[in-house]
Amino acid sequence: MDIHAFLISPAESAQRKGPFDRIVMSSRVRLARNIRGAAFPGWAKKPERIKVLEMIRPAVISLPEMKDSFSENMDSLSTLDKQILVERHLISREHAAKTAGSGLVLNRDETLCFMINEEDHLRMQALRPGLQLKQAWTAIDQADSQLEKRLEYAFAADLGYLTACPTNLGTGIRVSAMLHLPGLVLAEQINPIISSVNKLGLAVRGLYGEGTEALGNVFQVSNQMTLGESEVSIVERLEKVLSQIIEHEENARASLIEKKPKIVYNHIGRAYGILANAHSISSKETMNLLSLMRLGVDLELFPGVDRALVEQMFMTTQPAHLQKQHSEKLSAEERDVLRADMVRDALKAVSRPVAKPSAPGSAGLDKQDK
Amino acid sequence: MLCCICKQKEATVHLTQITGDKMQKVDLCEECAKTKGVNDPTGFSLADLLLGLGASQEIEQAAGGGEVRCPKCGFTQGDFKKSGRLGCPECYKTFAEALEGLLKTMHKGTRHVGKAPEALRQTRDLSDRLKTLQKRLAKAIEVEDFEQAAVLRDEIKMTTARLSSPAP
Repeated sequence: MDIHAFLISPAESAQRKGPFDRIVMSSRVRLARNIRGAAFPGWAKKPERIKVLEMIRPAVISLPEMKDSFSENMDSLSTLDKQILVERHLISREHAAKTAGSGLVLNRDETLCFMINEEDHLRMQALRPGLQLKQAWTAIDQADSQLEKRLEYAFAADLGYLTACPTNLGTGIRVSAMLHLPGLVLAEQINPIISSVNKLGLAVRGLYGEGTEALGNVFQVSNQMTLGESEVSIVERLEKVLSQIIEHEENARASLIEKKPKIVYNHIGRAYGILANAHSISSKETMNLLSLMRLGVDLELFPGVDRALVEQMFMTTQPAHLQKQHSEKLSAEERDVLRADMVRDALKAVSRPVAKPSAPGSAGLDKQDK
Repeated sequence: MLCCICKQKEATVHLTQITGDKMQKVDLCEECAKTKGVNDPTGFSLADLLLGLGASQEIEQAAGGGEVRCPKCGFTQGDFKKSGRLGCPECYKTFAEALEGLLKTMHKGTRHVGKAPEALRQTRDLSDRLKTLQKRLAKAIEVEDFEQAAVLRDEIKMTTARLSSPAP
């Protein structure tokens, strides 16, 4: 099956709502599992990897929650397809680099994704919009409990689930949330927040996980330790920290608007100005400016505009998504021009931001759902 | 200064790491640095942690060929130093001693807490139950409640039997 026919359209995807989605873009719980007696993917020879893939894939597909799923070997996906999956946060960049002997199984509504032979034999993740860590944990726990009936996991009573990298040993769990924190960045409070979150043993990363920068003021917060603490306790601990970060972000936004409204309006107005008028714009600049527009929508400076419009652009302006809409191979410069065209077009019906927040529900514009 | 591994080429990569009050120095030529994966300072400190010793000493040993090899998959400590990953689940047994210190610095504890596969979960539950029963038995004897002690003794017998027999 074609992955593009399978994937939810960006417009539809941007409509997904969840608790606290003003700040929490998505929640994710990932489990790492390995097959007993088999070498880890990074050390196994190709025939062994293929054997493991052929053992795990049918087991995953047979799960009731994976009915009508998309399943493919990584060597049958093009580089562009893989990049699109990365931009949608469905697979890791590391998995996108895999070829023969690795595979992917994705469910219909893109809430469960299984990477086979990434760093571990099996990396399974549950995704939810907004702040829904508990729900994500329950979903992946269930899938895992079903799978353990068909797959013999590498597990030791003292060390727990055995993983290729000792950093994942034990529960093999990574609980994470993607946060949009423009308020804390503008108020220059983000660094102390990051360092205090780090002190709690949690990691703060950029948009695409490990080793990436925080484009568009998007930060990923996740647990780092996996041994010696139960899954439930990790989920609860992260939830507590996240609710505090949410509070700090809301406070930062409120105090910015109260004390430095001109700075806020200036940033958002300029962001709108560039996005609505540029004829060439890089992916990085687009993301940073869209982040400010998203903030503007949250602060009701764009009356009648739904956050989904921004969310959708956030997705469709990324390089692979942009390339996919055009049949010929685009150079970076050509992409920048087409990206600017697309954004200008999307913002045609969006008026420039108002200087004072209007009352919610005041009709200014129709929703810009494409 | 000559490279401390090949002892032939001029050492151009000099690494110094201070941990607590201990200073460790390694001098390598560019080629050996690359093959040992020490051109990445973060990877290097990880290796150091793993070994818990002066790295230069260990690297020399590794070069001497007398290093531990996983009997299941053939993975060596040197491979771990390079990649930061292990070869197979069995490696955790093979390198248990070396890993212990690393796990301590990396994680909250050194013993797994949380989910376990169902079959093992039953065993774990039973052994937990056994421990509580034994505690209660000791208490019952202490307060000379022999009636209760007899009940507990029988329960302990049953639980032990279930633990030693394979899962039904």
